[in-house]
Amino acid sequence: MSIAAEITLPAAPASPRAGWALWPWQAWATRLASLLACVLLWHWAASTRVHLGLVTFANVPPPLEVLNAGRDLLQSPKLLKHLGASLYRVFAGFLVAAIVGAGLGLVIGRFARARNALLPPLEVLRPIPAVAWIPLSILLFPSSEASMIFITFVGAVFPILLNTIHGVEGVDSRLIASARSLGTRRLRVFTEVILPAAAPAIVTGLSIGMGTCWFCLVTAEMISGQFGIGYYTWESYTLQNYPDIIVGMLLIGVLGMGSSIALRQLGRALMPWQRGSGQ
Amino acid sequence: MNVQPQGQQAPGRVEIDRVSIRLGSGAGAFQALDEVSFRLAPGEFVCLLGPSGCGKSTLLGALAGHLKPVAGSLALDGVAIGGPAPERGLVFQHHTLFPWKTVLDNVAFGLKMRGVAAAERKKQARELIELVGLGGFERHYPGQLSGGMQQRVEIARVLINRPRVLLMDEPFGALDALTRLKMQELLLDIWGRFGTTVLFITHDIDEALFLSDRILIMGPRPGRIIETLEAGFARPRSAELAMTAQFAQLKRHCLALLHHDGVAPVLPRLTPLGAPQARDLQFAI
Repeated sequence: MSIAAEITLPAAPASPRAGWALWPWQAWATRLASLLACVLLWHWAASTRVHLGLVTFANVPPPLEVLNAGRDLLQSPKLLKHLGASLYRVFAGFLVAAIVGAGLGLVIGRFARARNALLPPLEVLRPIPAVAWIPLSILLFPSSEASMIFITFVGAVFPILLNTIHGVEGVDSRLIASARSLGTRRLRVFTEVILPAAAPAIVTGLSIGMGTCWFCLVTAEMISGQFGIGYYTWESYTLQNYPDIIVGMLLIGVLGMGSSIALRQLGRALMPWQRGSGQ
Repeated sequence: MNVQPQGQQAPGRVEIDRVSIRLGSGAGAFQALDEVSFRLAPGEFVCLLGPSGCGKSTLLGALAGHLKPVAGSLALDGVAIGGPAPERGLVFQHHTLFPWKTVLDNVAFGLKMRGVAAAERKKQARELIELVGLGGFERHYPGQLSGGMQQRVEIARVLINRPRVLLMDEPFGALDALTRLKMQELLLDIWGRFGTTVLFITHDIDEALFLSDRILIMGPRPGRIIETLEAGFARPRSAELAMTAQFAQLKRHCLALLHHDGVAPVLPRLTPLGAPQARDLQFAI
C-alpha cells in the first residue's frame, strides 16, 4: 500500500545535509519540471496510443481532453456539492479516527494489560481493506452517509493507532521517572509527559491517516447515490466518460496531498521545539 | 530531633539499613546490592565512589523511590521511602529536561505540579535560573543549549522543590573537563546556600575528593560499602586543592582501594531505573 511510501516522504522537503546545497528556487524548479515531464510523457503516450503488450494507452484520454473535462466540471453547479460531500465524509471519518486511534494508542502504548486485551482483535482487523468493509458497513449503519464515514474512518484509524503506540513506547522512561520525582501524579504523567513526548509520532500518524482517508474515498462513495468526488469518479467509469475519471482521480490526489501538508504544517506550528534542532 | 516548619528547609537525615536489591528477571536476575547500610547527616555532602556497574546508581534509584529493595529499609527524616517524591530531587547523568518546554517552564514544572499559580512559579523559576548562571536563556528550548547548560537547568528544576536531599547520578560525567570543573564549583556554591543533604555518585576520584565531606567506596557486584573516608578539607574549596599533598595522599589511598580486587570484570552500567533491558516485541509491527 502507499503507507510505506508516505512515511519516507516527509523527510524529503528538508534541505539535503551533504553534497550539493540547493537554492530554494532550484528545488522548486526541479519539482515543477518533474510534474511537467509526467504530463508530457502522458500526452505522448496517450496521443500516439502506445501499445506495450501488457499495458496499452489506446483508451487513455490525453491531458488536453482531461483539462477540458476539468473545465466543464469547474463550471458545473455540481462541483461544490461533490466537494462538500467528499470533504465532509473525509473529515468526519478522519476526526473520529484521530480520537479513537490516538486515544487507544496512548492506552495500548502505556499499559501492557491494555495492549494484551486490545491489540489482538485490532491486529486481525487491520489487514482488511476498506473495500471488504463495504457490505458489512451497509448492514451496520442504517444511513448510507454513516456507512461512508465509517469506510473513511477504517482507512485512517490504523496508521494513527500504530504511530501513536510507537510514539508512546518510544517515550524515554527517564523523562517519566523525572516527572514523578518532581511530584507528577498518575493522570498528569499522561498530559504533561507522554502526550507531548509522543506528539511528533502522533502527528506523523495523523498525516498518513489523512492520506489513507482520501485513499478510501472512492471506495466509500461507491455506496453513495448522488454526490462526492469519489462517486463522480466511479460514475464516470460506469458511464464511460474516461476524461472525467482522470479529473476525479487528480482532484482526490490534489486534495489529499493538500490536507496532508496542511496537517504537517499545523504540527510544526504546535511543536516549536521540533524546529531547527532536527530531532 | 527538632522538627522544622513544613515547606522550609527540613533536616534531610537519610538512613539506609541493610538494603539488598535484585535487578533483572528470570535467568538474568542478579544481586545488585547486598546489605548496604549507612547514614547521611543533615546537610552533609557525601560521594559514593565505585567502579561501573557496582550498584551505586541502583542505590540512588532506591532512594529516589524508583526501585524497591528486596530487604532492608530506607528512610528520610525517619519516614520510610515508598515512592518518588519532590523532597528527594534526582539528577541523572544525561539531562531529562522536557524538550517541549522552555527553560523557564522546565524549571517551574515542580511548582506547577504543586498547583502554584503561574506568576509565582515563574518568578521563583527566574530566580533559580539566575542562580545557576543562565539568566537570559529562559525562552530557550533544552535542545538549543550545551550539555553543561542543560545540567544547570536540570539542577535548577530539582532545586525549585527545595528538596531535603539531592540525589545526583554522575551528573557531570558526560561533560568536558573544564565545564565539569565549573559545574563542581557551582554545585558547591549552591550547596552552601541551600544546605541540602547531597548524595553524589561518581567514579571520578578527583571529583569525589573535591566535593565531599565523606566518601563511601563501593566494591563490585554485589555492591557493598568497602570503606568510608573523611575528606575534611577546609571550605570553601577551589581548584588548587587538587594540587595539595594531602589531596594526593587520599587519592592514592582511593586508587589502591578501587584496585584491591585485582582485575575485576567490566560490568555494564546500571541506572537509577534498574538494569538496561531489551523490550519484548510481541505483536511487533
